[in-house]
Amino acid sequence: MLEIANLSVTLPSRRGPLHVLRRIDLSMAKGQIHGLIGESGCGKTMTAMALLGLLPEGAVVAADRFRFDGDEVAGRVKTLRGRRIALISQDPAAALNPVLTIGRQMDDVIRSHHALPRPERQAKAVDILAATGLPDPQNLLRRYPHQLSGGMQQRVVIAQALATGADFLIADEPTTALDVTVGAQVLRLLRDLVASRGLTVLMITHDMDVVAETCDRATVLYAGISVEEGPVGALLDHPRHPYTQALLAALPDAAPHGARLAAVEGSIPPPTETLPGCAFAARCPHATAACAAPPPLRNAGGQSWSCHLELP
Amino acid sequence: MTLFSRLGPKGTIALAVVAAFLLLAVLAPWLAPFPEQGAGAPNIAEKFLPPMPPHLLGTDHLGRDMLSRVIYGGRVSLSSGLLIVLVSLAVGLPIGMIAGYAGGWWDEALMRLTDVFLAFPALLLAVLMAAALGPGLLNAVLAVAVTWWPWYARMARAEVLTLRSQPYVEAARLMGVSNSRILLRHVLPAALRPLSVQAAMDVGPALLTASALSFLGLGALPPTADWGQIVDAGRKFFPERWWYSVAPGMAIFVLALAFAALGDALRDGEQKDA
Repeated sequence: MLEIANLSVTLPSRRGPLHVLRRIDLSMAKGQIHGLIGESGCGKTMTAMALLGLLPEGAVVAADRFRFDGDEVAGRVKTLRGRRIALISQDPAAALNPVLTIGRQMDDVIRSHHALPRPERQAKAVDILAATGLPDPQNLLRRYPHQLSGGMQQRVVIAQALATGADFLIADEPTTALDVTVGAQVLRLLRDLVASRGLTVLMITHDMDVVAETCDRATVLYAGISVEEGPVGALLDHPRHPYTQALLAALPDAAPHGARLAAVEGSIPPPTETLPGCAFAARCPHATAACAAPPPLRNAGGQSWSCHLELP
Repeated sequence: MTLFSRLGPKGTIALAVVAAFLLLAVLAPWLAPFPEQGAGAPNIAEKFLPPMPPHLLGTDHLGRDMLSRVIYGGRVSLSSGLLIVLVSLAVGLPIGMIAGYAGGWWDEALMRLTDVFLAFPALLLAVLMAAALGPGLLNAVLAVAVTWWPWYARMARAEVLTLRSQPYVEAARLMGVSNSRILLRHVLPAALRPLSVQAAMDVGPALLTASALSFLGLGALPPTADWGQIVDAGRKFFPERWWYSVAPGMAIFVLALAFAALGDALRDGEQKDA
């Protein structure tokens, strides 16, 4: 469905070029939920923006391969965005116009993609809202966003995404603004929709629980580089890349009760730096002199990662 | 907070004055003591009567009741003020919205165009335009609107720039909603609110400029009553028949002052809100 190889994005700035994405490899099969994991500033959202063609002006995009559903993305992002690919944002309350009814906002999306008379558009809106598990969708059309709970708002946003007819959803931390139980329901809804409608979802998150519960595979990003990729079970149980290991070790659950929480020492290299060698070397407990050279790509057990370390 | 407490005592008085002028203008045929004379019918037998009942503001060189003339003149002056603002909005709003929303090259081109108009002295440009178009009420309105629209274009652009980056606008764009629909549905209604307040406050200054043009003989033509033009007509008989120029002059003065005070009060009220 999606094939990205060696994608890089460079933004111009007064302090010289910013390497926001350095080396992204990402491939996704149809009907899968693929997690994109990493700390803030590692390039998760930038990857999504590159796919949506919404990079800031002056951005330089280069890739060995950048294909969506078999065709090159370059030059046709505008036909993909809002037709094949839709975005579900972090904050559903902000994604809905506070002064327009749900019905109005659903209708705007439906009318932009389907030439249907008004009653049929309304029936379609009701159908799609019902498909996202919203109760009494008929009545919902007359309501305003502030009259809905956060979970309901997120369902409306998902319904809008479905109304575009897109078969590829980018979910950018879709549960961050929701409380845990509601977030879990929204994730279950996404899983159900993937199963029933054959959707493909790119799930951007920094929450390992979300990854564990919903994703089939996941890619770990660090400083604009995809450092490890694999099936979620293997990735979480046997992380191979030292950064993935450090990230998982830093989870509060991993620490015994009352103990000091582990943290990854140091900080991400700034985007102004060019990184010829391993990006994580400066913070890596296993770093050696070899790490100044580009790390080789390794494969084992369905996982792939780039590191100089031999498997222990 | 009620409207009156928001406006304060000064603002409330200003609002009352503006409302009174509007009412007089709308109901002129019923409120003017001599409606036919207000509309222009001469009455030579009573020319140049000083202010005293039944002619509270005296009569002019054709014997017409000054009070009626001023009330009828208010219709023309107020409606030219309103028209100037509406025409300017109709031109400035779309230009500002396109500049702000499209950005880049469009923004640059349209904003430099408004700069050209802003760089020219406004009254001079209006006089030139009116002279080129020839005298007449509608031409005067167009002439002033030419100097007026860039302000609305700039305001509209500033509003749209902040609205454009609202998450719900970006979300709608991501969902494939067309730009024209986004502009009409999300951007225009939100941009219209602050702009309409500004436009309401601008009627006063617009009216003042229109009166200046008609004083210079570039506005409404006799026998249509227009304040600026009546002041000009009375100039020949000043100061012996002082009431001729003073009556319409006072009307301009009081109404412009009321609009200015109302504008100040509205602005203060907004700051109280914030």
